[in-house]
Amino acid sequence: MTDSKYFTTTKKGEIFELKAELNSDKKEKKKEAVKKVIASMTVGKDVSALFPDVVNCMQTDNLELKKLVYLYLMNYAKSQPDMAIMAVNTFVKDCEDPNPLIRALAVRTMGCIRVDKITEYLCEPLRKCLKDEDPYVRKTAAVCVAKLHDINAQLVEDQGFLDTLKDLISDSNPMVVANAVAALSEIAESHPNSNLLDLNPQSINKLLTALNECTEWGQIFILDCLANYTPRDDRESQSICERVTPRLSHANSAVVLSAVKVLMKFMEMLPKDLDYYGTLLKKLAPPLVTLLSAEPELQYVALRNINLIVQKRPEILKHEMKVFFVKYNDPIYVKLEKLDIMIRLASQANIAQVLAELKEYATEVDVDFVRKAVRAIGRCAIKVEQSAERCVSTLLDLIQTKVNYVVQEAIVVIKDIFRKYPNKYESVIATLCENLDSLDEPEARAAMIWIVGEYAERIDNADELLESFLEGFHDESTQVQLQLLTAIVKLFLKKPTETQELVQQVLSLATQDSDNPDLRDRGYIYWRLLSTDPVAAKEVVLAEKPLISEETDLIEPTLLEELICHIGTLASVYHKPPSAFVEGSRGVMHKRLPARTGSGEGTECPDVGNAAGGSAPEAAPSIIPSQGDLLGDLLNLDLAPPTTTGPTPSTSGMQMGGMDLLGGGLESLLGGDIGGSPAMGAGFGAAPAVMPASLNAPVGGGLGDLFDLGGGVGMPMGAYIPPKTVWLPAMKAKGLEISGTFARRAGVIQMELVLTNKAMSVMTDFAIQFNRNSFGLAPAGPLQVLTPLGPNQTIEVSLPLSTVGPVMKMDPLNNLQVAVKNNIDVFYFSCQYPISMLFVEDGKMERQVFLATWKDIPNDNESQFQIQDCHLNSEAASNKLQGSNIFTIAKRTVEGQDMLYMSIKLSNGIWVLAELKVQAGNPNYTISLKCRAPEVSQCVFQCYEAVLKN
Amino acid sequence: MIGGLFIYNHKGEVLISRVYRDDIGRNAVDAFRVNVIHARQQVRSPVTNIARTSFFHVKRSNIWLAAVTKQNVNAAMVFEFLYKMCDVMTAYFGKISEENIKNNFVLIYELLDEILDFGYPQNSETGALKTFITQTGIKSQSKEEQSQITSQVTGQIGWRREGIKYRRNELFLDVLESVNLLMSPQGQVLSAHVSGRVVMKSYLSGMPECKFGMNDKIVIDKQGKGGASEEAAAGKSDLGGSGGGGGKQSIAIDDCTFHQCVRLSKFDAERSISFIPPDGECELMRYRTTKDIILPFRVIPLVREVGRTKLEVKVVIKSNFKPSLLAQKIEVRIPTPLNTSGVQVICMKGKAKYKASENAIVWKIKRMAGMKESQISAEIELLPTNDKKKWARPPISMNFEVPFAPSGLKVRYLKVFEPKLNYSDHDVIKWVRYIGRSGIYETRC
Repeated sequence: MTDSKYFTTTKKGEIFELKAELNSDKKEKKKEAVKKVIASMTVGKDVSALFPDVVNCMQTDNLELKKLVYLYLMNYAKSQPDMAIMAVNTFVKDCEDPNPLIRALAVRTMGCIRVDKITEYLCEPLRKCLKDEDPYVRKTAAVCVAKLHDINAQLVEDQGFLDTLKDLISDSNPMVVANAVAALSEIAESHPNSNLLDLNPQSINKLLTALNECTEWGQIFILDCLANYTPRDDRESQSICERVTPRLSHANSAVVLSAVKVLMKFMEMLPKDLDYYGTLLKKLAPPLVTLLSAEPELQYVALRNINLIVQKRPEILKHEMKVFFVKYNDPIYVKLEKLDIMIRLASQANIAQVLAELKEYATEVDVDFVRKAVRAIGRCAIKVEQSAERCVSTLLDLIQTKVNYVVQEAIVVIKDIFRKYPNKYESVIATLCENLDSLDEPEARAAMIWIVGEYAERIDNADELLESFLEGFHDESTQVQLQLLTAIVKLFLKKPTETQELVQQVLSLATQDSDNPDLRDRGYIYWRLLSTDPVAAKEVVLAEKPLISEETDLIEPTLLEELICHIGTLASVYHKPPSAFVEGSRGVMHKRLPARTGSGEGTECPDVGNAAGGSAPEAAPSIIPSQGDLLGDLLNLDLAPPTTTGPTPSTSGMQMGGMDLLGGGLESLLGGDIGGSPAMGAGFGAAPAVMPASLNAPVGGGLGDLFDLGGGVGMPMGAYIPPKTVWLPAMKAKGLEISGTFARRAGVIQMELVLTNKAMSVMTDFAIQFNRNSFGLAPAGPLQVLTPLGPNQTIEVSLPLSTVGPVMKMDPLNNLQVAVKNNIDVFYFSCQYPISMLFVEDGKMERQVFLATWKDIPNDNESQFQIQDCHLNSEAASNKLQGSNIFTIAKRTVEGQDMLYMSIKLSNGIWVLAELKVQAGNPNYTISLKCRAPEVSQCVFQCYEAVLKN
Repeated sequence: MIGGLFIYNHKGEVLISRVYRDDIGRNAVDAFRVNVIHARQQVRSPVTNIARTSFFHVKRSNIWLAAVTKQNVNAAMVFEFLYKMCDVMTAYFGKISEENIKNNFVLIYELLDEILDFGYPQNSETGALKTFITQTGIKSQSKEEQSQITSQVTGQIGWRREGIKYRRNELFLDVLESVNLLMSPQGQVLSAHVSGRVVMKSYLSGMPECKFGMNDKIVIDKQGKGGASEEAAAGKSDLGGSGGGGGKQSIAIDDCTFHQCVRLSKFDAERSISFIPPDGECELMRYRTTKDIILPFRVIPLVREVGRTKLEVKVVIKSNFKPSLLAQKIEVRIPTPLNTSGVQVICMKGKAKYKASENAIVWKIKRMAGMKESQISAEIELLPTNDKKKWARPPISMNFEVPFAPSGLKVRYLKVFEPKLNYSDHDVIKWVRYIGRSGIYETRC
């Protein structure tokens, strides 16, 4: 007899029959009945009515039956909490059983029963099992602590289980260590600030030892935990890397990927000129390639990760192009990922091969894959200049196939090629025009129209072509409409005599018959431009366009860094931070790569770029936004520069500058004086289309969005940096003049100094020291003035600061006393730093916590201030403050008055809560600050004022 | 971690459902069925996110295994676990089929309880599991046996139990390689690599220490510089190889991975492969090479379109290894267009047939010696179509088996030491076999 028969009972009155069988005297019959119950449970039938009868079968020495009853209990205990208590006695008894397998079974199952009353009884047995003589019981108990924590975190803390769990990290059995690490890591995730894992060189050493001995799964737990550690210096980092690299040869791909994660992260800290750094890079390539011979599902995971690794460190796999060639039988998800990586690896050295492959793929069956392959050919043309010609001819061949979606995709990429290499491949336009009728996708139509408009002077029948599109103007998508409008205006400016009628028609269609504001605005702008000053119009509309960048679709650098810290996990598969798909507090903590720190004097000078950590990529690549949305389209065509990302310190300044430029530009435009702002003409050719909307609200509407593309994606938007002031006049310091300011860049506080030698002799041997101060500021490295400072020379130095120095309260609170030494003498001065540079990046409080804290702080600690003459609306203010790590947590609007609730965390852990009242039309803000240390309020207020007004 | 594990049949009916975490509800079972199993289009990803719940799935014949989670789990680990789960089930009851799963559902639940605790994978070596998950109860065990089980399940050598005895100590080594090739119509190698496995079947008593050596370039070069003594020692116990391609002394291994019994830190430091093997069969090592590969066959295609309704195909295959060796199970698969109406084939050797259901001409040759060549020519009649899309011309693929290692790998020695029992390396009977098979061996046409 086989077990499958249990799945086939479908009679009525089944429950009743089962009940009888469960209460039978015969053991065999009982067991049969329980199996039937479990089978019903599996297929989703409700058999909870049998609870007491099944629990009665628990008292048995038949282990198989016992396990089945336990399985039932785990499923239904929650719905029958009172009856579940009946099982407690048996559990407690089983925890004392002489057989370790039964002890472990009992403690394992008990942890899965999520009933409060049972958890109370669980504590004592669990405590015993954690110290059991048998490792099998201990490893099970370790996981049980995590289970209990999930049900009742407070209980676990109160009972001291966390300490016992920590002790297990030193257990003699590797599997116990691994499970304890897993449990602790999970618990630590829900307490981000608890320092529960308390990783230090000693505990890391224990983990590395256990790593060599435990099961493959245990190795993964340990490696994933190691990845959370930040070594103190490059030496420690290297020694950990050395002990982790052997894991790269493990047969289990997850072990390999987790090891890669640790190495990628710790490598950040190694100096690049170190021999070991190069060795490590070389060691990483082969295992990554080997992952591609795993099963397809794992290949997919590996490829998604390789995609990240290639963006972070292209040098690792640059010679391995061939392994990413698509195989005919690869599943489609593997094919698409391989293609992505091929484009990223394409270079002059391998472009011939890559192109041959891509051409091959373009004849495949899967539509998505073919489209992507065609698009890839275009990318290659843009990326590798030498190949552009071959790419174009390949694309033309593909257009000849007349396969509809291939043709459309090819036209879209050819448009980009025209952008990159203007006036080079116009000979193909004729071929493109032949396919005009077959284009039915908006993106392809828009691209084609752009081409016709751009090269109108060389296409004899350009007016006819564009006119044919105009017939169905209102049925087109916005993207096409906008493009058509611009193209016809271009045409008009090039051939004014024949096309007057056409341009009239399109302008009236766009302005009078359309209810799309963007289209209307663009129409009006053109209309006015053309009617007031055609010469200016020509200069604006036909302005030379900035080149498009080579790299596209790159992941934004801070996100990339975070994803590198999540190699192997779901986040790296989705290419999204965990907070985007995980609910609740878990995994919301943002991980970052460690900064490269020097130990000893051998390392490079920590200048700005370096102190920003590994976060500042060597060359910040610009990103073409997706072409789907309207603004993206605008940007792509005429407005490339503002999307340039990278840690621009003065982004906020630039934002305002942009506004000015536009505002002023528009006036002069309308006034007909184009000569005044040539820069604007070149840079913002089509942007005025959005202007009318943004005239009323300073940073509202489209333009704000536009800048958000560059800054809002998580880039630390320029924190407020006060202008430099003279701290030490030359008179007082024998010719040395020091001026400076403070800044916070990518989480690092920096003192930016300008040293000027106004004396007659050369100055050398600079050094700097701080007196004790309120927030423990201290130089994090020596003052890097490497060359002697000659007479009348000036040098700019930035000095990274740490906040771990000795503390003494100063008056005023933000006063800093500094001593600077050179070969002549020692000089003293004091300066005041804006407290805003102590605001840390993770200062965003949970709403609930905020509410509770606000209530909790006594009203005596509240102080109120007025900020006068501030003309920002609440949203702009909030954006601006966010740049300086002042986070808006909630916003409420009461009778036209916006109340913003904000939180700030200082580097020494002090929280400041703020309530900002903004009345529309009233330039005076009211701000209330609450803090447990009310002394800081005054300084914080000054920062608000400084940030908002600058 | 893994929140739940479900097994479905091809219709989407649940055969096994085990939930480990409170955040996974019964509705997750249905969500996967509706969105993935019953989805109309092809599966576009093995990872699916439905309403903030992530599903990882693998398919074995027509059975779906799905792991479910709401957290940011280690994705690679989840898939490795699913494969392992399949291995364990296969080891217990053979093929993974609906019938076998239904017949063994109690066993599967017991296994799932053991190898996954709160979603964390635990020891899943079948060797260890079989000592205490037996479906017959474990009442009869003595105290010693129990503690031996638990120490094995949690211990450092989880894959082998103590006290194994054989009258005859014997071991078999199989070097199994698959050659992968992608060649352009002009005969240019676009990519070629060998992925090889060393499978070891051992019947050894006690806890034997083994040391495995092969003609790895790095080791040989190092020894060339270093002392000759070990070289001599190694030479004595050389197991010899029956290489086919010629006198390559050493090979460059791009990368290799090892069974968990191999001491990785030792390999990393000295590049020596030492281990205590599991009893019976295990895959000791996997490796990959890309340099100096012996490509056993060369395919030369010639496709000519004669008008719109006729295609002429000529394919020549050449064998490229020692004439004394024989290749077996040779199969050449020549794809034909979808609108093929008839095919005439002429081949000099073997049998060829047009298989309409597979859209291919399949040419089979039982045996072929080295340095020979053979030819097939076919005339393909096409139905006229108005399909605009061109035929994608899939590559010509090949299958074969040859009695040597195309990478050139040779086993130099496998030494066995068992300090506690009195048998020495010489008493162990050792067998080595080399098999080269085609992986994805394709020539574009």
